[in-house]
Amino acid sequence: MKYSLWNLLRQAPRGHRDWPQAWRNPEPKESYDVIIIGAGGHGLATAYYLAKEHGITRTAVLEKGWLGGGNTGRNTTIVRSNYLWDESAHLYEHSLKLFETLSQDLNFNVMFSPRGVINLAHNEHDLKELRRRGHACRLNGIDYEMVTPREIKEIAPIINVSRSIRYPVLGGAMQRRAGNARHDAVAWGLARRADEYGVDIIQNCEVTGIDIRDGRVTGVQTTRGPIRADRIGAVPAGHASVIASMAGLRLPVESHTLQAMVTEPVKPVLDTVIMSNTVHVYISQSDKGELVLGAGIDGYNSYGQKGGINVIEHQLEGLCELYPIVSRLKIMRVWGGIVDIAPDASPIISKTPVEGFYINCGWGTGGFKATPGSGWVFAHTIAQDRPHRLNEAFNLGRFESGLLIDEHGAAAVAH
Amino acid sequence: MMLIPCPWCGDRIDAEFTCGGEAHIVRPDPATASDAEWADYLFMRENPKGLHHERWFHAHGCRRWFHMTRDTVSHRIVAVYAITESAPEATG
Repeated sequence: MKYSLWNLLRQAPRGHRDWPQAWRNPEPKESYDVIIIGAGGHGLATAYYLAKEHGITRTAVLEKGWLGGGNTGRNTTIVRSNYLWDESAHLYEHSLKLFETLSQDLNFNVMFSPRGVINLAHNEHDLKELRRRGHACRLNGIDYEMVTPREIKEIAPIINVSRSIRYPVLGGAMQRRAGNARHDAVAWGLARRADEYGVDIIQNCEVTGIDIRDGRVTGVQTTRGPIRADRIGAVPAGHASVIASMAGLRLPVESHTLQAMVTEPVKPVLDTVIMSNTVHVYISQSDKGELVLGAGIDGYNSYGQKGGINVIEHQLEGLCELYPIVSRLKIMRVWGGIVDIAPDASPIISKTPVEGFYINCGWGTGGFKATPGSGWVFAHTIAQDRPHRLNEAFNLGRFESGLLIDEHGAAAVAH
Repeated sequence: MMLIPCPWCGDRIDAEFTCGGEAHIVRPDPATASDAEWADYLFMRENPKGLHHERWFHAHGCRRWFHMTRDTVSHRIVAVYAITESAPEATG
């Protein structure tokens, strides 16, 4: 049923009891044309664009937990495209453009809010790095402007722009079209539309093996029995190495915990997103009023979805100096997700040496912003058995050729 | 949080340490290694879910490197051994 004002009014007198289920909970069939491993945002987007753009609807999305229960539901929801290199700028900008119309496209309000993202500079090097990235962005047609401390203070009055703090704000860069979106809604909206196309989203179904014959995939083993398909797209985020090893592949990623947290809810005090690489914290305010905070990964390999309190303390120290007004707020929740960190801080969206096995991983700390774009190019890669020009540079072979896409400056803290 | 038994200083909080990543990666001879072997050495990692042999550095203590075998899900530390030693077999 279409979500519209008309249907809302029609359901109202019946007490909203007749809304249909947003997606089915089907039993796995024996075989599919395509299997997607992982029903996070990227996996669901892949299934959705396979159906919408390429007419492939005999697809199963296999999820070991519940859909959107991993990093999709744990991230801090920032969407932006201010990346340094052409390859990344084009990919993330494509995704940002898809975000701009995603609510209409999915008939589901993903609450995309282009409230702007500011990156702070605290020293000369930061300023130069931001300027350089700004020039690169503008050459790629991406909006990006330098802002002075006074302008930042006008946009976000709670920030401390005093010159006497340890890392004073010397300026910043702003992408006004950037912002955030509701992460759960992105997963739910994509799931609902993919389901309407006939895609089977199968939850509580963990992949335990990948069947390969003569160098080609033939299907997967799961906790709910074997399922056949001759094309398999893996989008397992933190578990990329685990899934790849089932296909006999090694990946250049390490899994780490990335923590995030929210304060108790307060009245609106901040209507933009502010990030700082140097002080190592970023902040935005959710619609509920919570301040959403985050910074960098914990320093060791982990699949435990938990991290150290010292990482939390470190970012809160910076936070209290930059935004003294928040120092009395209580932290309400802290949680961790497992992110797959690639050596060049860029994703891998690629064919693999195993025929019919495609991998989409390495999004590290900043995958949410790329959700629709990642699914869009991965669907193309699977449907056509070759990458789209937007993702051909993000191949697995770049670690052998040396054609890395080093985005540590744009990705390190700024998600 | 982890309590890490530094072989020199005893039990210390993990914030004092830096993790050096996967241990026992053997450097191929750069004169003869193929691009694929070099890429494997530089970038490819086991990244296991479970027991992991890794190098640690006691940055805010004795400033010495050592090896540790740790479960990447529970963070349980299974073995600590010298930087010159190879991985203990029983924990592999």
